[in-house]
Amino acid sequence: MSARLIWRKSLNVFMLSMTGLCALITVSALFFILGYLVYNGGKDLSWNFFTKLPAPVGETGGGMANAIIGSLKLLGLAALMGVPIGLLGGVYLAEFGGKTIPFIVRYTADLLNGVPSIVIGIFAYALVVMPMHHFSTLAGGFALGIMVIPTVIRNTESFLRDVPRTMREGAFALGANKWRMIATVVLPAASRGILTGVLLALARVAGETAPLLFTAFGNRFWSPGLNQPTSSLPVVIYTYATGPYEDWHQQAWAAGLVLLGLVLLTNILVRVFLTGGSAYERT
Amino acid sequence: MDAAFPISNSGAAAAQSASAKATVHTPAMTTTTPDAKTLRMKITKLNFYYGKNHALHNVSMDVATNKVTAMIGPSGCGKSTLLRTLNRMHETLRHTRLEGEIALDGVSILTLDVTKLRRMVGMVFQKPNPFPKSIYENVAYGLKINGHTGRLDEAVEKSLRRSALWDEVKDKLHKSAYALSGGQQQRLCIARALAVDPEVLLLDEPCSALDPVNTAKIEELLFELKPSCTMVIVTHNMQQAARVSDSTAFMLNGDLIEFSPTGTMFTTPADPRTEAYITGRFG
Amino acid sequence: MATTPNAATPEDFAGSSRTSLRHTFGADEVAHLITMIAAATLLLITVLLVYQLWVLSAESRAKFGWSFFVTQTWDPVSGDFGALPFVYGTLVTSAIALVIAVPLGVGGAIFLAELAPPKISSYLTFVSDLLAAVPSVIYGLLGVFLLVPIMRTTVQPALKATLGFLPLFQGPSYGIGFLTAGIVLAIMIVPFVLSVSREVLMAVPRDQREAALGLGATKWESTWKVVVPAARIGIFGSVFLAMARALGETMAVTMVIGNNPKIAASLFSPGYSIASVLANEFSEATGNLYLSALIELGLVLFLLTFILNGLARLLIVLTTSRGSGVLPS
Repeated sequence: MSARLIWRKSLNVFMLSMTGLCALITVSALFFILGYLVYNGGKDLSWNFFTKLPAPVGETGGGMANAIIGSLKLLGLAALMGVPIGLLGGVYLAEFGGKTIPFIVRYTADLLNGVPSIVIGIFAYALVVMPMHHFSTLAGGFALGIMVIPTVIRNTESFLRDVPRTMREGAFALGANKWRMIATVVLPAASRGILTGVLLALARVAGETAPLLFTAFGNRFWSPGLNQPTSSLPVVIYTYATGPYEDWHQQAWAAGLVLLGLVLLTNILVRVFLTGGSAYERT
Repeated sequence: MDAAFPISNSGAAAAQSASAKATVHTPAMTTTTPDAKTLRMKITKLNFYYGKNHALHNVSMDVATNKVTAMIGPSGCGKSTLLRTLNRMHETLRHTRLEGEIALDGVSILTLDVTKLRRMVGMVFQKPNPFPKSIYENVAYGLKINGHTGRLDEAVEKSLRRSALWDEVKDKLHKSAYALSGGQQQRLCIARALAVDPEVLLLDEPCSALDPVNTAKIEELLFELKPSCTMVIVTHNMQQAARVSDSTAFMLNGDLIEFSPTGTMFTTPADPRTEAYITGRFG
Repeated sequence: MATTPNAATPEDFAGSSRTSLRHTFGADEVAHLITMIAAATLLLITVLLVYQLWVLSAESRAKFGWSFFVTQTWDPVSGDFGALPFVYGTLVTSAIALVIAVPLGVGGAIFLAELAPPKISSYLTFVSDLLAAVPSVIYGLLGVFLLVPIMRTTVQPALKATLGFLPLFQGPSYGIGFLTAGIVLAIMIVPFVLSVSREVLMAVPRDQREAALGLGATKWESTWKVVVPAARIGIFGSVFLAMARALGETMAVTMVIGNNPKIAASLFSPGYSIASVLANEFSEATGNLYLSALIELGLVLFLLTFILNGLARLLIVLTTSRGSGVLPS
C-alpha cells in the first residue's frame, strides 16, 4: 500500500471514530442528566413531598402538593383550550380549504411554534393578567394553551393526510356526506397518530417555566379555582434552585426528578407504543 | 346474426337501422321508449371533462336490469371514469364537468340528491378498502348512516350471506376487518355495499388486487348475485368479462367503440379496433 | 386521452356541499365553518400577539427610538433603558453555544446517518429526541449545582492558565457568566442540530454515495466530500434553527448567566440575555415605561427568532421533500 493510501485509510478510521464520539457524547448527556437527578433527587422523594404544602420559609419538612396540583390544573386548561382548536384546525387544513388559506395557516402555525415561550408569556400577560389586574391560573393555562395549538394542528393535518383516498371514497360510495366521512372514517383511522401528537404537545408544555413566571406566577398555598395565582412544578424548581436555603435545593432536585420522570415517561411511551417505533426507521 | 352493432359517435342513425335486427340477447338499444323493467340505467350522449381534458366523448350506453354489463379497454380508455359517473363519484374531485344525461329507472341522477343516489348505486373498489372498524361495523356502516330502522344484526347477516362470507366470519364479527385476507376483505366490501340494498352495483376492477383463487371466488359470487342485482363491472381482464358478463362495452380513448352481447363481441366483433384489442394486438 | 384520477390529493376533494345545496344544507357547511373558525383562531392569536407586542412597546419605542439598541444603561430607577447589554449577552451566549453544538451535532449526525448500523442509528436518534424533550429548567438545575462549581474550580482556571492572554479568558472566575450559559445552551441545542442534520443527510440520494465509493473513495471521503456538501444547505438550516432556539432559551440561561447587565470582553464575566431580563424583571416592573421597555425587548426577540426560523425552514425545505416533517416540535 502506498503512503497516501495508508494516510487515507487512517484518516477514515479516525474521522469515523470522531463522529461516533460526537454521537456518544450527545447521547450520554441524557443518561448523565437522568442519573444525577435520580441520585440527588431520589433521596428526597417521600410521601410528604407529594402531599404537603411548602413549609414556612426557612423551615424544613415541607412538600410540593400545591405545585403538583397546580401543574395538573394548568395542563388541563392548556389541553381544554389547545386541543379542540388544534384538532379542528387540522381537520380544516387536511379536508377543507383550498391552496392559499391552508398555506397561510400552516405558515402561521410554524411561526407561532418558533416564538420563544417567554414572549408567549408576555402575550398572555397582556391579554389576561392586565385586564384582570392580577395573576391567575387562567392566565397560565391560556399561555400554555397557545403553545399547544401549533403542534396539534400540524400533527393532526399530517396524520389525516396519510389516510388513503380509497378509504374516503368507500365512505362516499355508501352515501356518506363529507363531515360524516371525516368523523366516522378518517378521524378514527388517524386517531393513533393524532393522539401521539397531542400527548407529546402536552408533555412539552408541562415542563415550561418561562410563560408561567408572570401569568400563573406562584403561590405558597393552595390555589382554589382558576382565579388566583398558582404554584407549578417548573416554577417551584426554578424558585427553589435559585433560592438561599439548602432544604429548598434538595426539594428542587426531587421536583426535578418528578418532572423529568413524567416528561420522559410520556415521551418514551408515546413514541414507542403509539408509533410502534416506525418513526425512527432509517430508510 | 349480426346483432352486434357499434354505438359510437354516429349514434342515433346506426342504432335505428340496427334495432330492427335486434335479437333477444341485446339490451334495448333503441331510441324508442325503453322498457323500465329491462333497462336499469341509461347513459345518453355523455361528455366528461377533467379540467380541459375531454375524457369521455359522446358516450351512450344502456345498463340492463339484473344483468352484468362489462366495460373493457386499454389503460386510460375511460372505462373507470365512465363507471364513476354512474354514482357521481367524479364530484368528489374538483375541476370535473359532465354534459349529457344519465338516468336511473327513468329519473336523471343529476337531479337526485347525491347521497340518496349513492345508496341506490353502490360501488366496490379496485383495492379492498374496509374501514378501520370491526367486520360487523363495516357492514353496518352504510345502514347506520342511511338511517336504517329495524334490526341491524339481521341486515348484517343477510348481507354477509349474500356475499358468501357469513360462514367464514360469523364467529368473529367483532374482530377488525384488517384481520381478514385480501379476498375476504373484498367480499366484505361487497357485503358492505350490498347491505344498503342498492339498485345497481358498480365494480371497478374488483379482482385486480387478488390472486386467481380469490378472483374465482368473487366471480362465482357475481354469478350468484346476478338474478337479484344489476351490475356494471370494469375489468382489464377480457377472460373475466367473457366469463361473467351478459353485455360488454369496448372503450378506446374516451369513445365507446362497440357495445354488444358478450358472446357476440368476443366471437364476431363488429369493429376492427375491438377485434384488435380482443386478439391482443394492443392494450 | 381519458385518464383515471390517480394523482388526486385531499385538496382535490370538493365537499359534496359544493355540488348539491338541495340536501342537508348545514351538515357539511357547518363542519366547514367550524373547522375554518378553529384555523382562523390560530391566525387571530398570532396577529394579536404581534399587535400587542407592538402596541405595548409604543411608549418605549417613542421615547428611545433607534438609540434603544445602542444604549448600554439599564436603569429602572432613572427610567433610562437600553437594549445593548441584553442583545450582546444573547448573541454571545448563542455564539458560544453554536461553536460547541454545531460540530458536535453535525458530527453525530454524520455518524448516525452514514456510518452506524440502522438499529443503533434509530436507538441513538430516539435518545437524542428524548434529550430535546428535557425541560429547560432541568438543564438550569444541573447548570446551577453541577456545572457552575466545575466551571469555577476547574475549567475556568484552566482556561485562564492556558489561554489567559486572550481577553476572552481573563478576569475572576465566578463559575457563572457567558461561558457557562453558552455551554448549557450548547447541550440544549445539540439534539436539534443532530436530528435535523441527520434527516437532511439521509435525504441525499443513495446513488451519490455509491458513485463516490465506486470510484474508490473511503467511507469518510464519500461522506465528507460528496454527501455532506450535497446536504450543506439543509445543514445550514439546522444551524439557523438551533440558533433560533438558543436565542429564546430562558430558564437555563437565566440560572447561570449572572444577571448583570454589563458588556464585557471576558467570557467569564456575568451578563444578561433578553430572555433572562424578561424572566427576572417582568413581574416586578413598576411604571409603564419600564414595562414598555421590557416588552420592546420581547418584540426584538420575537423578530429575531421569526427571521431565523423562516430562513431555517426555507433552507431545510430546499433539501428534503417533506420539510416540515423533519422539524422537531
